[in-house]
Amino acid sequence: MSDSSASKGSSAPKDAATKGMTIHLKIWRQAGRQAQGRFVDYTVHGIQQEMSLLEMLDILNEDLIRKGDEAIEFDSDCREGICGTCGLVVSGVAHGKHAGTTTCEIRMRQYQDGDTITVEPFRAGPFPIIKDLVVDREAFDRIQRKGGFISTNVGSAPDGNAVLVPKDCADNAMDAATCIGCGACVAACPNASASLFVSAKISQFAWLPQGAPERGRRALAMIAQMDSEGFGDCSNHGECEAVCPKQISIQNIAKMRREYIKAAWVGADKVRSSGGD
Amino acid sequence: MFGNHNPSSFRLQPRECVFMSSFGSALWSSVGKKVITGLTGFLLVGFVIVHLLGNLTLFIGPDAFNGYAHFLETAVHGWLIYAFEAGLLVIFAFHIAAAVTVAVTDKLAARKQGYKYAKNAGGRSRKTLASRSMIISGVVIAVFVIAHIFMFKFNAGNAFEKDANGTKNLFKVVVTAFKDPAFTAFTVVAMILLGMHLRHGAWSAFQSLGWTNDRWLPFLTRAALVVSIVLAVGFILLPVVLFINGDPNAVSHGGH
Amino acid sequence: MITGNRVLDARIPAGPLADKWDRHAMDNPLVAPGGNRRKFTVIVVGTGLAGGGAAATLGELGYNVLNFCIQDTPRRAHSVAAQGGINAAKNYQNDADSVHRLFYDTIKGGDYRSREANVYRLAQLSTAIIDQSVAMGVPFAREYGGALANRSFGGVQVSRTFYARGQTGQQLLLGVYSALVRQIEAGTVKMYPRHEMLDLVVVDGRARGIIARELTTGEIKRFAADAVVLATGGYSPVFYLSTNAVNCNATAIWRAHRRGALFSNPCYTQIHPTAVPQMGDYQSKLTLMSESLRNDGRVWVPKKPNDKRRPNDIPEAERDYYLERRYPAFGNLVPRDIAARAAKVECDQGKSAYFSPQSVYLDFADAIKRLGKDVVGDRYGNLFDMYREILGDSPYDTPMMIYPAPHYTMGGLWVDYNLQGTIDGLFVAGEANFSDHGANRLGASALMQGLADGYFVVPRVVASYLAGAKVSNVKADHDAFKAVEEESRTHLQRLLSIKGKRTVRDIHWDLGRTMWDKVGMARNTAGLNEAIAAIGKLRESFWHDLALTGTAADLNKQLEQANRLCDYLELGELMARDALMREESCGGHFREEHQTPEGEAKRDDANFTFVSAWEYTGPGREPVMHKEPLVFENVELKTRSYK
Repeated sequence: MSDSSASKGSSAPKDAATKGMTIHLKIWRQAGRQAQGRFVDYTVHGIQQEMSLLEMLDILNEDLIRKGDEAIEFDSDCREGICGTCGLVVSGVAHGKHAGTTTCEIRMRQYQDGDTITVEPFRAGPFPIIKDLVVDREAFDRIQRKGGFISTNVGSAPDGNAVLVPKDCADNAMDAATCIGCGACVAACPNASASLFVSAKISQFAWLPQGAPERGRRALAMIAQMDSEGFGDCSNHGECEAVCPKQISIQNIAKMRREYIKAAWVGADKVRSSGGD
Repeated sequence: MFGNHNPSSFRLQPRECVFMSSFGSALWSSVGKKVITGLTGFLLVGFVIVHLLGNLTLFIGPDAFNGYAHFLETAVHGWLIYAFEAGLLVIFAFHIAAAVTVAVTDKLAARKQGYKYAKNAGGRSRKTLASRSMIISGVVIAVFVIAHIFMFKFNAGNAFEKDANGTKNLFKVVVTAFKDPAFTAFTVVAMILLGMHLRHGAWSAFQSLGWTNDRWLPFLTRAALVVSIVLAVGFILLPVVLFINGDPNAVSHGGH
Repeated sequence: MITGNRVLDARIPAGPLADKWDRHAMDNPLVAPGGNRRKFTVIVVGTGLAGGGAAATLGELGYNVLNFCIQDTPRRAHSVAAQGGINAAKNYQNDADSVHRLFYDTIKGGDYRSREANVYRLAQLSTAIIDQSVAMGVPFAREYGGALANRSFGGVQVSRTFYARGQTGQQLLLGVYSALVRQIEAGTVKMYPRHEMLDLVVVDGRARGIIARELTTGEIKRFAADAVVLATGGYSPVFYLSTNAVNCNATAIWRAHRRGALFSNPCYTQIHPTAVPQMGDYQSKLTLMSESLRNDGRVWVPKKPNDKRRPNDIPEAERDYYLERRYPAFGNLVPRDIAARAAKVECDQGKSAYFSPQSVYLDFADAIKRLGKDVVGDRYGNLFDMYREILGDSPYDTPMMIYPAPHYTMGGLWVDYNLQGTIDGLFVAGEANFSDHGANRLGASALMQGLADGYFVVPRVVASYLAGAKVSNVKADHDAFKAVEEESRTHLQRLLSIKGKRTVRDIHWDLGRTMWDKVGMARNTAGLNEAIAAIGKLRESFWHDLALTGTAADLNKQLEQANRLCDYLELGELMARDALMREESCGGHFREEHQTPEGEAKRDDANFTFVSAWEYTGPGREPVMHKEPLVFENVELKTRSYK
């Protein structure tokens, strides 16, 4: 149990705002990959509404350090919802209760004075915990490596307007391409399936004529890798779409299956199409 | 540049699996299993609908019901029923095998350490009690299927009463069975679970086969709700009505 | 200021501007394909547009590439956060755009403090970037006819910006990432995620490798190569609060600087005019609100100082739409540096939004009246939602509040035309170098530079270095590697052994305050001298009072941040010294002593048409400045005016 306050050392200007909220936290602490983890209770005071959840953790960490304790490790980078680095299960929901946002976008406005918040790492077999709330998501990279690209070398491209792309195809591709690779879909899925992530990439390239020549191989190879990483199978719960910070639709999963079925049926290299559905 | 599509990279693929070709391994991939579950699910929903319509002949009377059963058993010199049963068996087997593998994979491999605090995300999620309990509802339905085959197809091992034409009095068997409160209750529970199973399964099958998009999905989920309620209510109505005022010795009012 | 006598030679190829890059290709040696290329190892630090693009392309060419990033995957490099778009001189809109016009706009936008030859090459390569990105499956916005769409951006007169909604940086980075994973799978690129470069290893005057720390295990490793490319981005977090990601840092380029690479124009920083205002001392970063908001929003402050009324209670007559008043021709659409400074001028007079003394209003009431709520929502809905999450107000009902925020650093390691620094074999690409944007960067040009460097320039210049350099065979067991590794290890242990009471954030916050107040949007002699003194003191405090826990043999993000902060504490001082030296106002650098009576920037072309290049002379010793004179043969130096 630890008590923390949001006011900083003497050198920083004092915030003239209100006294702020008191928040109770139950945070998963785990010393290393093989270590046994547990929840530790903390209480923080003086939490402002405008503060982000991660800023609250920053403050808690400073207090822990001043007391000589080890800081709570968690990943974050851009802190504006685009890089995909952060990812916590906040009070039971990946990236918190608001739809379409990442963990770093959670503002304390969502909470009341005296609330208790639980903070857990993303949990999935293929996402081993490195320390505390930091997980290893390299499985996603290994899946991408199997086909999350168009095989073109720099220098070989025709003029950007040489191949026209119908606007709706481009828009559908963009909808899928907004995936930030955060892994919330896996974290939220009752089965720990990576289907939404994988489908977003397969779908993006399948919608575009540039991605069409490899669409069959891509679908087979990426799904094979997804399976071998140990992700669960999809049961269409749709929890992934609900927590996805970019609200990527499970229609991409349907499309991924179409791509896969076509490729498995007619052969990976025999899927002929100019991009689209 | 692409990795080999190597069947050995698939998890939980039975070593003795008969499909060793690349198509076979695709069939048993995460997507393939969904396709199997979805396709067989469709066929099973179709079967269930036909089954319910057939059952409704019970309300017409013993002759209609027994006649219907007799027709099924004798059509195409009795081959139809065998073909049908064999087909159903295969469909059930695949449906169950794929679904159980999915469940086992998910439970045993994908998340060994679960969350201490897990909530539904709500919003655009389609996760429901129904979707979470597919394996449970599935198992109960499977048990019910076996039980009711034992009761009605084999009359629990007893001989059927037959009329002059050799038509079995299945009507009496059914109505008698539903005079048993325990069996009736079991049936009702199983049919509620069937409704739940279909509430998720009926639209999920479309999604599993890739036959959805954002325009159709809301419609399909609603249609699934309607279908599941209609089928569940239909199947529950029968045993409840028979339990309350079914007469095993009733004779036909019409015809003859 | 100590001035060295080195005059730096940028090694610009001879000949007409338009032929230089082609001529460069013909005049430099090549490495033949196949086995020859595989014999060469190239280290690339960073996986953003420049680093990732360079690593992937060098891999495609057949070199053996080692690629490093501090993130858990290369797809998270900070290029991901760029919103608006990428410029290219395609002239798809038939509005008389050309390579030369893009070149001219960039030179002018940079306030005539960038190198002509580099900027021209950038403009030339811009078109191929679009082609390449399209071929890689980047889903740029398109018209109904299927052709690529363009928007106008940042005070230029043509429509040349390509975009993918508000996520252009993300989409271009994912294009780079896709090329990169393809090479990783092919075995040409070896990826080292969660690895941070701690130092550069120089052997016989050549960059021959790096020391890096695996962040998850704390293991310190040596990596040897034939050339080293740094593409580690900018250093805006020297201000503590900036729009950059919290892990953006200057450590790689600063350690290279300490090993002999000169640092150019450190004082040129871009302050973006439209960010959510600073809120409290708990804050970790500032959130950018896209520049596009100024297309429809009107910027104003109350006419009365210290007016604490809510914006909707202030009548029209008591509002000052100061951009429209001061710059009638461009109004709310003046370039970034001008809009940012104008906000500061008002706030310094006590005229600000009610929220804080450093905030102004950005009002959409007129736009909503003119276009309707739906149209405004279509254009800016996402941003309005994001704003409401942060501040709790809806910009549909009450004016948004904004204030400028540090966003991009034009300064960086000095490089010649070949992007080679003052250490042979050390190449610097993207925001990490100083080369293309002069004193101010135009909107939608950062992505352009990153990809030009990554896809096209670095692969070619590194190849010609490798072909011509005759580098000796140096392995990671060389004594130089052992020595630098030991230094790195000792450095981290020293940080952990201070055992003081001030957290990293506490000290970083103080540095940021000093930088923002005295080396920020407006600078003066007194303030800069104060800053130099204050930063010196803060450095002492850092080495006495720093509080760290945990060990160096484990994941320890506080230690990572402390290690980065210790470099910021040196870089910050250099920025102040550079700003003090530059007795003129240009682009993002505004010296209060050098302004017109109307308060506009006053350049001194006679004395300051040069690039400063600072040499590190040892801890606690004043740096020495060298110069690269800027020669303008193709454009005429003019005063920028947006009146």
